[in-house]
Amino acid sequence: MEWKLDDSRPIWIQLQEQLTRRILSGWYKAGERLPSVRELAAEAGVNPNTMQRALAGLDASGLSETNRTTGRTVTEDEGVLEGMRTALAQGIIDQYFEAAAELGYTREQAVELLERGK
Amino acid sequence: MSEILIQCHDLWKSYGRRPALRGVDLQLESGRIVGLLGPNGSGKTTLIKILNGLLKPDQGVVAIDNEEPGVHTKSIVSYLPDKPYFAGWMRVDDLLDFFADFYEDFDRERAEKMCAELQIDTGLKMKTLSKGTKEKVQLILVMSRKARLYLLDEPIAGVDPAARDFILTTILNNYNPEGTVLISTHLISDVERVLDEVVFLQDGQVVRQEMVDDIREKEGKSVDELFRDEFRTAPYGGGEWKC
Repeated sequence: MEWKLDDSRPIWIQLQEQLTRRILSGWYKAGERLPSVRELAAEAGVNPNTMQRALAGLDASGLSETNRTTGRTVTEDEGVLEGMRTALAQGIIDQYFEAAAELGYTREQAVELLERGK
Repeated sequence: MSEILIQCHDLWKSYGRRPALRGVDLQLESGRIVGLLGPNGSGKTTLIKILNGLLKPDQGVVAIDNEEPGVHTKSIVSYLPDKPYFAGWMRVDDLLDFFADFYEDFDRERAEKMCAELQIDTGLKMKTLSKGTKEKVQLILVMSRKARLYLLDEPIAGVDPAARDFILTTILNNYNPEGTVLISTHLISDVERVLDEVVFLQDGQVVRQEMVDDIREKEGKSVDELFRDEFRTAPYGGGEWKC
């Protein structure tokens, strides 16, 4: 998975989003140990302090936890993973309806379109 | 971690009657990568030369690690000048000897490894190297010191984009985490993602000092765009050629 950063938003937020996606897609598995801050920073070509901030955000969201002996690992709490997955999916759904509305479709029409156009 | 490493108060410096710095106030903490940004002639190189002791300010106080630039600060500051200063007859390994002799904190093995990675033949003389390769050698020497403060004056200006990536990664991977890196450049979009903080210089004064992510959050644009907006000059309108 490539790191993609755009210009307009804070870098740490984008890094946190992409770490989240990596966890939800199973790139990093539940219970797996995450690479170190330095390794991740080098991989993404960003400042270690910025990566540290993204990882702290990840901890705060509950997707990862930091333990003195094992380092930082992906959570094994299915509830947290599922909750985050639903939240992200909801975001995508909202975006779809918004874009469809811009094209002039009502919500019902948009749903119908979605079902027809698999 | 967050002690003050650089302290400048009301620094003034003129070349003849032309002022280059006009009252610079600046504080930088350790453990940061900082971009020193400003249009041409805004005083970036002058400020860096004062920090490493090559120039004396006409007025004002400068302290690095609580001391005036001098013997102590030179032992903890690693400086990359804006142009190479090595004698052309020296071979790359002469330079490695030179640095190993001069600086206690120089890690020769690390420098040799980096040369190998970049396929730089250490038996070659400096004058036979291309401009970009010379700059790479210089950066390798500077980054192979375990310094507290790295002053990098235009480290990426003369090299191709692929080498730029290499240089930025080198800086990220090799700087001492308790040290601070001050990078002057105007290729902002290239360095933006490695910076913690930026300092904007204009007409010899600090006009802005802020964290990169705070700028993005507040302004909704990159530092590069902000720079273009703040320092925009109206282009010369042209007009008819008079012949």
